[in-house]
Amino acid sequence: MGTLLVRGGRVIDPSQAIDRIDDLLVRDGVVAAIGRAAGPTDESLDATGMIVAPGLVDMHVHLREPGREEDETIETGTRAALAGGFTSVACIPNTEPPIDTQAAVGFIHQKAARADTCNVFVVGCVSRDRAGKELADIGGLFEAGAVAFSDDGAPVYDAELMRRALEYCRMFDVPILAHEEVLELTRGGVMHEGLVSLALGLGGMPAAAEEIMIGRDIALAACTGGRLHVMHVSTAGGVAQVREAKARGIRVTAEACPHHFTLTDEALRGFDANCKMSPPLRTAADVEAIIAGLADGTIDCIATDHAPHAREKKMLELDRAPFGILGLETAIGLAVTQLVAPGRIDWLRLIDAMSTAPARILGVPRGTLRPGAVADITIIDPDATWEVDVAAFRSKSVNSPFHGWTLRGRAAATIVAGRVKFRR
Amino acid sequence: MPLASPATSVAPPAWGHRHLLDLERLSATEIGLLLDTAGRLKEATDGCRTKLSVLAGRTVVNLFFENSTRTRTSFALAARRLGADVVDFSASASSLAKGESFIDTARNLEAMGIDAVVVRHATPGTPHLLARHLDVGVINAGDGPHEHPTQGLLDIFSIRERRGSLAGCTVGLVGDIAHSRTARSNIHGLLKLGARVILCGPPTLVSPWWRELGAEVSHDLDAIIPRCDVLNLLRIQFERQNTRPFPSVREYAALYAMTGERMRRARPELLILAPGPINRGVEMTADVADCPQSVILDQVTNGLAVRMGVLWLLCGHRAGAEPSAGAPAREGEAG
Repeated sequence: MGTLLVRGGRVIDPSQAIDRIDDLLVRDGVVAAIGRAAGPTDESLDATGMIVAPGLVDMHVHLREPGREEDETIETGTRAALAGGFTSVACIPNTEPPIDTQAAVGFIHQKAARADTCNVFVVGCVSRDRAGKELADIGGLFEAGAVAFSDDGAPVYDAELMRRALEYCRMFDVPILAHEEVLELTRGGVMHEGLVSLALGLGGMPAAAEEIMIGRDIALAACTGGRLHVMHVSTAGGVAQVREAKARGIRVTAEACPHHFTLTDEALRGFDANCKMSPPLRTAADVEAIIAGLADGTIDCIATDHAPHAREKKMLELDRAPFGILGLETAIGLAVTQLVAPGRIDWLRLIDAMSTAPARILGVPRGTLRPGAVADITIIDPDATWEVDVAAFRSKSVNSPFHGWTLRGRAAATIVAGRVKFRR
Repeated sequence: MPLASPATSVAPPAWGHRHLLDLERLSATEIGLLLDTAGRLKEATDGCRTKLSVLAGRTVVNLFFENSTRTRTSFALAARRLGADVVDFSASASSLAKGESFIDTARNLEAMGIDAVVVRHATPGTPHLLARHLDVGVINAGDGPHEHPTQGLLDIFSIRERRGSLAGCTVGLVGDIAHSRTARSNIHGLLKLGARVILCGPPTLVSPWWRELGAEVSHDLDAIIPRCDVLNLLRIQFERQNTRPFPSVREYAALYAMTGERMRRARPELLILAPGPINRGVEMTADVADCPQSVILDQVTNGLAVRMGVLWLLCGHRAGAEPSAGAPAREGEAG
């Protein structure tokens, strides 16, 4: 494969606490060195004024294949990932059929290899057929390459099953990724329950629905010693619970989505189904708590919950339109605009939250630029100012409320195992 | 303006909106104009009994995705009183099941050359969604528990007709505030016009958050009765509730039904309103429904007046000699 030199960028690697202007040398798909390179290279990339980071990892992506190829495929979803600066995604198994067999894991790997885009790590189901009744073949799925387990889309409702899953997964040291929701409290809900839902007459999903389930799962993680990862934390109460659990030494990690640190329930005033997602957009106080949680490390990482839905599905009445929002192609822009530009977190923390931390949670050998590591690299133009245009998305769907927004920061190039897979 | 002659084709007052989607986003002046226009038309039609021809040649479609008898009839009659043609379109759940989305349904109607769509739907925001996709005027005839602007207007019209002004008037809305579109349109309209609004019902149906929007919240009907100039008794919307918000109808009625006994503690000039249909024995007893203070039947007549006013304001300008004010703002785009 030869050598690739990324010249003169600001190299940020949280795994080594590096943040300095330097060159990065890649040899045969592997990081060779950070530092001035002597001698000629086969290929070279000028990264002056850019940020050179370990490849970004999105640990919460719905690629929809198999079963809902009208919304997204593994190929279109991973192309969207590359354009968004992600070199790795973890795909959530709420497909049709769900990913609960070794054959299904093999199918994803095969499709991803054929797409030849970014890395696709597979999340397996917690329960067989995602039915919430009995454990899926977790050992077999792990052997086939599953890196974590989740019934996302829905919570693992049976507390005993959740307990067993946390216990059982200890022997593989893999996390359970938990969608936290008490369904009785969100029945008929389309948005956060509060002043806005009251005024609009729309069914509400109270913060308590999330907080109660986070509380239950933290208690189960404490009693089993299993690894709990709280997906898409959206409430201030949820952030506080995770913070307190970490202080007690419980093995819990958490993620937050860009839309949850950007928008509030006020966005629903236009009745736009693109603002309908689960968990829903909350209040300004919740947004503030999530940003504080990201800043102090309570929330380990940023994950997009990229949830494509074909245009016609979102053109329905609000209660018939499905939950979900695109995430991959706006993640960097929203994170830089909402978090870094206002000085809420620094670049080192952002790269940690979008690369090093999710790789660590998933236990995948990514998120680092150490010599010898796979050369997954994201080059970010931190000052690019650009307008979001859903028509230009690589994703097959367009369900983003950010169309027309002006954002700061976007991927300039995405390098997977030493090969430049995307360049703007 | 010489409206009295049925043959006149005078233009309505200028109205800056293409649609009527809710009262929340209208100003007090705009609501006042709607009410005044309704008053003029009521007068010009001899109390909503005779016909005008100001909307001759226009077509209004009643697009109802939810059952309704009164509102649909009222809109149809109002349109005909102004000379417009009316098409009734019932979109049952089964026609949706055939796979056509309601937007496609509405676009089909639009392609037939209509002037306004009156839409009722069980989901909040559906008229707003239609307004974004259609070029004709959209009138919200009730979108789930969100708003029912013409109902709010006719309630306010009825109060104003009796009392002259809303300023300083205390209006109690009693019952199922949580699921009531009538409540929301009343709250916004009344507050904008300077009335005091008291919301009364059990905490499961009356959220304390309403206080942040400027309404007073009470759970004690007996305590508020002596303070009220108007009581608007809202129907319990059993069909919209996941779990019943009170233990039994009997207990609800004991706490919140308006009875002859409670009437005795009210101001003598108290007005009783109810948007209907009423559950006699739940929201009020029969003697209250039929008492002299009840303006329930006035409301029905005034519903025609208000709907004539709305239709005229929205469609009256669409004649060939349109004022060159340019296209009205597409308020559906907001947000």
